[in-house]
Amino acid sequence: MSTVHERMPEAKTLGGSQAPAMPGVLAGFRRIVLRDLRLAMRQRGDAALAVLFFVLTAMLFPFGVGPEPNLLARIAPGVVWVTALLAVLLSLERMFLTDYEDGSLELLTLSPVPLSVIVLAKVTAHWLTTGLPLLIAAPVIAGMYGLPADGYKMLLAAMILGTPTLSLLGAVGAALTLGARRGGVLIPLLVLPLYIPVLIFGVSVIDATLAGLPARPHLLFLGALLLAALPLAPWAAAAALRQAVQ
Amino acid sequence: MAPLASNGAFEGRGLGCIRGERPVFAALDFRLEPGGALVLTGPNGSGKSSLLRVMAGLLPAAAGTLAWNGTPVDDAPELHRQRVHYLGHHDALKPVLTVAENLGFWASLRGANDDGVAAALARVGLDHLAETPGHLLSAGQRRRLSLARVLAAQAPLWLLDEPSVGLDAASVRTLAEVIAEHRANGGLVVVATHQALDLPDAACLAVDDYPPARPDPEDVW
Amino acid sequence: MTSQAASNPPGSRSLHRFANPGRFLRLADAVLPWCAGLTAIALAVGLAAALFVAPADYQQGESVRIMYVHVPAAWMALFAYTCIAVASAAALIWRHPVADLAARSASPLGAAFTFLALATGSLWGKPMWGTWWVWDARLTSVLVLFFLYLGHMAISNAFEDPGRGRKAAAILALVGFVNVPIIKFSVDWWNTLHQPASVTRIGVPTIHPSMLWPLLLMGVGFTLFFFTVLLLRMKSELLAARLRNLRMLSVEGR
Repeated sequence: MSTVHERMPEAKTLGGSQAPAMPGVLAGFRRIVLRDLRLAMRQRGDAALAVLFFVLTAMLFPFGVGPEPNLLARIAPGVVWVTALLAVLLSLERMFLTDYEDGSLELLTLSPVPLSVIVLAKVTAHWLTTGLPLLIAAPVIAGMYGLPADGYKMLLAAMILGTPTLSLLGAVGAALTLGARRGGVLIPLLVLPLYIPVLIFGVSVIDATLAGLPARPHLLFLGALLLAALPLAPWAAAAALRQAVQ
Repeated sequence: MAPLASNGAFEGRGLGCIRGERPVFAALDFRLEPGGALVLTGPNGSGKSSLLRVMAGLLPAAAGTLAWNGTPVDDAPELHRQRVHYLGHHDALKPVLTVAENLGFWASLRGANDDGVAAALARVGLDHLAETPGHLLSAGQRRRLSLARVLAAQAPLWLLDEPSVGLDAASVRTLAEVIAEHRANGGLVVVATHQALDLPDAACLAVDDYPPARPDPEDVW
Repeated sequence: MTSQAASNPPGSRSLHRFANPGRFLRLADAVLPWCAGLTAIALAVGLAAALFVAPADYQQGESVRIMYVHVPAAWMALFAYTCIAVASAAALIWRHPVADLAARSASPLGAAFTFLALATGSLWGKPMWGTWWVWDARLTSVLVLFFLYLGHMAISNAFEDPGRGRKAAAILALVGFVNVPIIKFSVDWWNTLHQPASVTRIGVPTIHPSMLWPLLLMGVGFTLFFFTVLLLRMKSELLAARLRNLRMLSVEGR
């Protein structure tokens, strides 16, 4: 049996008029993002929870360190970043868990869309439902802490570059712990050490601006972290998902 | 349904599988021609579901090879994913999405359009529930929705794990009919089931006939 | 499977459950006595030299001797993580069960070395800095590395199916390995930004040869110790797995 001969008509069948044409990678990506966004819209509580957590934990610090305005303004960048990071952490578990439990993940792995693209789509949806709301809430928190006016633009720039990295790295942790005993407790242990560089550079962007120093190098590092995580994290998360559905 | 031209033969040679640390079957062979059906039998834990997952490419075989038209499946896993429809134990149903939205998502990933979705819903008798949210469906209706997913987009190889669980008599008849139509068009079906299903000329594969060799305790590691 | 499985090249899709690691065990048995003996000699001579022969530092006094444990421990903390990453890559690419075993057995060892580095660093810090803990760049990076080890250990034991835990741990080890230099770099960066003026920074002193050779000898001793205990752990893990498999066979009774 000649394999070349046999495979030609098959390809024609799959791509031709008789069977529906397989959607491209981009179309698949878009459909998964839209479906996750629609799911999030129908379950608004889940997405709101992360922002609520962000605001609540940020509210605790003045009670812990006292309401002295200078001190609060000094720690504002750090508080915003640490609490945003914890809020993202809180939302990571559900990134893949429901899909894993109801069998959707199996079907997604078997779909014609490559698994790393699926991960990227889920990360995008996660960022749109978690990172973006945090981005909107962050200036409010910073304002309550009396962050000097120069800092806001850089705070937003740093969070735009930093929070997608948090979602990307978090996807690896969320994928690795699927089906684990105490999975929810494991995620922080796996993910928090990896978040440290984002935290350091995210805060130093704002600190540098407030000290009158150039923030550009810090922003570039945040961008570099994002660029490094963009191909590597989906790849690692896809490897983890593949063995999770076995 | 348009005929699936030039469907290939699906073949497994010397398949072995390990779940956890336990080997479930070894040296298992099968061959399925276009239009063929294979029924997997065996008691609980004999590895029927595992074999289906190996065939789908979800679970890597611990030993042996799978081939489509003589070409090893591992050579082009993305081609294999396009030709497989897998129906597992879970129905992948999102409770907050409507029936049509649930089905539409899976069908669109495989390139089917709204007409295909509507036709598939009608075929399994769920068209009147298209706008119903998923959490209101009964177990049998969920199963029928899974079957509609298989129907909505075409793929030559169907791998069905207990497709008839929770179905009423009429739905079991529908299931047998759609499988017959699929086979008439040159499609292939592998079914793991405990219930009797009307599949004419189906080959039978007793998975528990392929136990892994019991090693000499001296050689066990 | 019988011993045939052991003669299969790594990566062949044999049924690993009964793959006979006889070759590995023979090798381990041959190497272990030498490893253990050399460890004892290197550590005994190294410790004696570090404690009695090497001179005290003119600035730090006798407390400089902590360095002979602290520095090799910090080396080993990084070395063990590198070993885990290499073994994990081998396990993922060639699916070799012994590589898996090595990665899993090395992890608690590496964590112990990291803890030792932290504890001795803290002991050293008390006379030098006047406090048990300083957010010094080196100590902080080692602390993060310690958590990477804890994560690796936690995930390899987090699953009902041990195979799942091994694979998840291997992926995590590779992700962590890529991140170690990034974390190290960013912690250094952070530390230079927040240079506290009150703390006098005393790094590892420029090393005089009379201090260098005991230090290197201790490093060799620590490395040999690592491999000795690693081989012992791998052997005992294999025996435990054999026991489990035999028990499973008798339960199945087929």
